[in-house]
Amino acid sequence: MTTNLAAKAEAVSNGHAVLEPLPADRKIVFEGVSKFYGEVLGVNRVNLEVSPGITSLVGPNGSGKTTLMNLMAGLLRPTTGRISVLGVSPNEPELLFDHVGYCSQFDSFPRGATAREFVEFYLRVHGYSRQRTADMAHAALERVSMTEAADRKIAGFSKGMRQRVRLAQSIAHDPSVLILDEPLNGLDPMARAEIIGLFRRLADAGMHLIISSHILHEVDMMSDSVVLLHNGYIVAEGEVHGVRDEIGEHPIQILVRCDRPQALAARLFEHDHIVEARVHDDRGGLFVKTRRPDEFYLLLNTVIVEQNLAVESVGPVDDDLNAVYQYLITSEGGQH
Amino acid sequence: MSTSPTENEMQQPSLSVHGTGYHGWALWMRQTLAILQLELVKNFWGRRALLLYLIAALPVALVSMLSLLPPDADEMRELGRLSQVFAAIYGGLILRTLIFFGCAWVFMNLFRGEVVDRSLHYYFLSPVRREVLVVGKYLSGLIATIILFGSATAASMLILFYGLLPAEASAYFLSGIGARHLLTYVGVTILACIGYGAVFLIVGLFFRNPIVPALLLYGWEWLNFLLPPGLKKISVIHYLHSLVPVPLSEGPFAVLAEPTPAYLAVPSLFIFTGVIIFLAGLHIRRMEISYAGE
Repeated sequence: MTTNLAAKAEAVSNGHAVLEPLPADRKIVFEGVSKFYGEVLGVNRVNLEVSPGITSLVGPNGSGKTTLMNLMAGLLRPTTGRISVLGVSPNEPELLFDHVGYCSQFDSFPRGATAREFVEFYLRVHGYSRQRTADMAHAALERVSMTEAADRKIAGFSKGMRQRVRLAQSIAHDPSVLILDEPLNGLDPMARAEIIGLFRRLADAGMHLIISSHILHEVDMMSDSVVLLHNGYIVAEGEVHGVRDEIGEHPIQILVRCDRPQALAARLFEHDHIVEARVHDDRGGLFVKTRRPDEFYLLLNTVIVEQNLAVESVGPVDDDLNAVYQYLITSEGGQH
Repeated sequence: MSTSPTENEMQQPSLSVHGTGYHGWALWMRQTLAILQLELVKNFWGRRALLLYLIAALPVALVSMLSLLPPDADEMRELGRLSQVFAAIYGGLILRTLIFFGCAWVFMNLFRGEVVDRSLHYYFLSPVRREVLVVGKYLSGLIATIILFGSATAASMLILFYGLLPAEASAYFLSGIGARHLLTYVGVTILACIGYGAVFLIVGLFFRNPIVPALLLYGWEWLNFLLPPGLKKISVIHYLHSLVPVPLSEGPFAVLAEPTPAYLAVPSLFIFTGVIIFLAGLHIRRMEISYAGE
């Protein structure tokens, strides 16, 4: 936030503008919002108020999380209803995106660009000077621990590095609202912990963070409040502390894509919260069923370092997740 | 004197000050320049630029071959008839085909290409009026096509005349009407890029597969000589044709119509372009991005 405030102070001293502070109580408001893609329902009759802090949109694939985020960012227009982000309509991108950053799921970049160039490209479009652009891009890349790779071409990056570059691009202009669509996808467990820490710091500084995720364990770790979506409807919303209780002892199945799944399995079986570990048919991954995912992720970090495992991806298995969501939606505690 | 804000004022956004400290025209100019710079890099160095270079090089290669291996024909030995030859090359190949398809390639891809590459959302997620984006992208396409096709037009004419009639060419260009003709051809090329650029910009915005409308437009422009005078005016080529320095016969089946005088043709093209850019701005304001089915 400091960079933006400094810029605004500089603007005032240059006589460019008179600043008005942002009231802290501004919210993101959805009023009766529906979105249909032709006959297909995206989201229906959404009424929602989002306060500062981390709000997670949770739900299985196709539940409407990305639609809701794209509506908030003006990439889609509601069929009915009204959306207001800190008092601004998403139909006014020139106002909105000075204060909003959106890290979408679209994994595409300008051809041949380095990480630094990519972040700088779009800061220039904001209208910043070359020097300010360079400073802001560097600060953003530093925040996501990408300074060492900043001058390498993005085309050669791993999925996790690309994710971090997109994240840097979305936070580079110090937005007050940050919308993040599955921001932890493709990150290894250490990077996940680091990025979650960054989110927490941003939220503690008063930002709105709206994060979509289908990884309940991570939602539980980082969120202040949760919106549970299913088939385009909000089925539950509220404080996060209930999620872990709701999941209870329902075991979660996680797929770890790595080079030596057998070695990982052998090490994991030493722990009693691991219910099952099964090598993937292609022998390039391990299905792990655990009752305590947070402990599992910590354990996984240790095993990766100990055994020097090359981990490609870590994530819950969708079919299994759907069962958990179904459980949450139908259980008493999962209701409003 | 201080006044307390009304309830309505409190509900209004106080986000009217841009983080850069600039606003209004100053901000739009900075943003347009930034977009222009980014897009020029793509237009000249992106992977799609190769086809543009090939299209622009084609007439130069053709007249170079004609100069090196001149056909044994009277047209190639007399200045007046050589200017008819160039008029035919310009009207038939450069203007109607190469500039047309070159502009189609560049301008349709300004937005369509970004949708295919799934990168348009980065612009849409920036604090930029979408109309500014349209203007910035259009100007970038314009600069790229004008530089390439303007150079190709001038180079083709100079190579043809100096290659075949070097002695007469010097007098023609330095003290005769050659220089005026050269500048007029380049001017028509610039107007063609402006007009066709606007048309293909909006085609690329409205159509998921813009190839079919581009071919239909090509047919319409080619068959312009067969259209009744009223319909002729609903085309870009009619106005450009009125401006070329050496008019050519359009054949025995052509429906004759008075050429539009330059003082009407040039403003008409600018007005037409302005209207198209305005419509593109209106359309993009409502545009959604999902990339589904791309």
